[in-house]
Amino acid sequence: MTAYRSILLVVLGLAALPLAAPALVGAGIFAGANTLYNLMVFVLIIALAAQGWNLAGGYGGQFSFGHAAFFGTGAYAQAILQTRYGINPWAALVAAVALGALVGAVIGFLAFRARLRGSYFALVTLAFAEVFRILANAAPITGGAAGTLVPLDVRWANLQFASREAFYYLALAFVALVLLLNRLVERSRFGTYLVAVRENEDAARALGVDTLQVKLKAITLSAAITALAGALYTQKFLYVDANIAYGAWISIEALLAPIVGGIGTVFGPLVGALTLIGLGEAAKVAIHALFGSAIPGVDLVVYGVLLILVIAFAPRGVIGLLDRRAR
Amino acid sequence: MLNVEGVTKRFGGLVAVSDVSMTVAKGSISGLIGPNGAGKTTLFTMISGFERPTAGRVLFEGDDVTGRPPEALALLGIARTFQIVQPFAGLTVRENVAVGAYLRHPRREEAFARAEEVASLVGLADLDRPASALTVAGRKRLELARALATDPKLLLLDEVLAGLNPSEIRDIVPVIHAIRDQGVTILMIEHVMQAVMSLCERVHVIANGRTIAAGTPAEVVSDPQVVEAYLGQGAAGRLAGRAVHG
Amino acid sequence: MLRSYPPQIVLEAVLNGLLTGAVYALVALGLTLVYGVLHIINFAHGAMLTLAMFAVLMVHLGFGLDPYLAIAPLAALFFLFGYGLQRFVISPASRNDDGAILLVTLGLSIVIENALLAVFRSDTRSLTLDYSFSIVDLGFALLSLPRVIGFGVAILVAGALWAILALTDTGKAIRAVAKEKLGAALVGIDVNHVYAVTFGLGAATIAIAACLLMPSFYVNPRAGNAFVLVAFTVVVLGGMGSIPGALVGGLIIGVVESLCGLYLGDSLGQIGIFLIFILVLLLRPTGLFGARA
Repeated sequence: MTAYRSILLVVLGLAALPLAAPALVGAGIFAGANTLYNLMVFVLIIALAAQGWNLAGGYGGQFSFGHAAFFGTGAYAQAILQTRYGINPWAALVAAVALGALVGAVIGFLAFRARLRGSYFALVTLAFAEVFRILANAAPITGGAAGTLVPLDVRWANLQFASREAFYYLALAFVALVLLLNRLVERSRFGTYLVAVRENEDAARALGVDTLQVKLKAITLSAAITALAGALYTQKFLYVDANIAYGAWISIEALLAPIVGGIGTVFGPLVGALTLIGLGEAAKVAIHALFGSAIPGVDLVVYGVLLILVIAFAPRGVIGLLDRRAR
Repeated sequence: MLNVEGVTKRFGGLVAVSDVSMTVAKGSISGLIGPNGAGKTTLFTMISGFERPTAGRVLFEGDDVTGRPPEALALLGIARTFQIVQPFAGLTVRENVAVGAYLRHPRREEAFARAEEVASLVGLADLDRPASALTVAGRKRLELARALATDPKLLLLDEVLAGLNPSEIRDIVPVIHAIRDQGVTILMIEHVMQAVMSLCERVHVIANGRTIAAGTPAEVVSDPQVVEAYLGQGAAGRLAGRAVHG
Repeated sequence: MLRSYPPQIVLEAVLNGLLTGAVYALVALGLTLVYGVLHIINFAHGAMLTLAMFAVLMVHLGFGLDPYLAIAPLAALFFLFGYGLQRFVISPASRNDDGAILLVTLGLSIVIENALLAVFRSDTRSLTLDYSFSIVDLGFALLSLPRVIGFGVAILVAGALWAILALTDTGKAIRAVAKEKLGAALVGIDVNHVYAVTFGLGAATIAIAACLLMPSFYVNPRAGNAFVLVAFTVVVLGGMGSIPGALVGGLIIGVVESLCGLYLGDSLGQIGIFLIFILVLLLRPTGLFGARA
């Protein structure tokens, strides 16, 4: 049960962060506690979106370039259900996840029935995300280009908290839950089938694996998790527009984090999100120190370089590197 | 157990398999032989559901299963191995075999227990290794174990002996006997004639997509048409002539 | 919802669509060539187009070079850039594994796009040339001169590319590698060199497309993104790897976009393209001109 112990240790470590917050802020690394918490919640939301991607992309080998379709659906559902239909935000969260899963199932059904794989699957998911982005940018229900604001109304029942730590712990709880889920999947028939499908679909079919069903399950679950990340994003920042919800940025973050962290592993997405955003922030700080002002895009240049380096030199990601060192 | 009735497969203008009929008796080991490009593997892909025949029927235990997908046939009890063995690289040897075992044992513990039984039957050890670390002979055994773990009634073996050296072949022939002794019917494509002679009770020979002979191994190898298919036109006559003169 | 327009306006939209479509076709030509030979999807194609557009801007601001005169030097420069990128970055980093190539080119696109953002910031720039707003009057329709020139040159370049592939030794080597990599290697063709040359040719067509676009278009660090999905659509529609397919696909997509823009408004104009893209992928992934798998 060492796997469960490491999940517990990692989650406890992250849960202890608020204890270190005063020291981190005091050391001048972060402008203030707000900056630190916003960043850490952001890391957890990206980690969650990436955990979703990793399920279909990492274990199942179905590289989606359009997980924004699911993130955005979760984000918009969370915003629209409460602002337009007066639904309680907790209930909206559940509905957002269900809607994300539905979108995943539909896109998955269409793509997998057409036997799209590899680059073709990547392209079709990208196109779906773009269609959603354009529609969301024009449709009245999403607030069009102006986006949708969720009114500030700080109450527990409203999924808005007075204390900064509360939302951090909520996001952490979801990440921990998905870590556990991932571990259970790894040890289940479904998880083994998923890897078999990734490695060789024909061989899997010959052994009685219904590959279409396995891939559909994976993309549905994957979409649900990424939609949860989107819903949390809305609830944390209380605003969503088409470029945030369905923009290419989130599709890229969701696939970069697992690849950098360790594709097809339980901790890969979380480690990757921490690494990427950590290095990105460090690059921003360094640029600021060198040039005296911020330069846009620097963090993303770091992401891109990191992606190429990982693929060239560390196909098993940061976790693979740590593994090799430990041995 | 298996009846192939007048099966034909055309790819565009090319006829890969033409009106082939054959029967595999329950509990037997049967061989499917023929020169390279004869259409043996194409016939296998149709029996196992990866390709749909252009014409003809495939009957399994009396039911028409023509054109059913491979995963459905696996559930009915038809398993196959592939000529080019490819283990699931991300999984251990045990998990590889378990992919097969999960078909009848959804719970992990039971699937793993069944996987271990099958692994020991085919002589696979050290199950916690990554499957990608196996040798060619090890991969062949793994391919066999995976298919066997689905508890098939009919096992289709596509050149499990190809690429093995004589001592490895000697090691694996008894494994195939042991599998049959457990009640599994076997149909094998094979090039290693010695193994065919010692393993198979009946042999079906195809060349250029057509049946040219069928019978016991001894009958088949003395059939002039078979000799010609393998050695070229007129070979049977030359051999016979040499036998007379020598 | 749908308004009806007088035929002249619709005709003008169709003609404008054809003009834009020729440039789409040119952008798609590079993509389809690389796919046809290397069997990879170059995700950095859009970012390389943006880079080329900035290059056109820079040589104009720096040396006063007219975009049309910049075609030859920039095409040569981008050929070398593409050659080096494939030979020294993409191929070694990905070990020629399909999934890895997809991700390496994605990484390249992120790097190029954001490096441009860091240098040029997100401002949108355009060139002011004497002929930027010149008009060609056909009698029944008014067309923008730079776009008419773009159409003509794009067709010429497609023809030239076809001639290179059909008639030169390099072209024959490229086609040999595309058909049968191993066989080509066995008869002594340096496959890695051919791959890099192909990638270079793809980059050169992008540079030419940038020269044709800049007199009538604008550039910012994300400008290429608008073209990349369009180019993918063109390539998928025309059949991956097919040069005539890219040409016809580009013209069709240009017209579709133009008509969607006319009837649905600019913000929804591109929807038609993506729907075509998705439908073609789902229903006929080999495209109109592609060989059956």
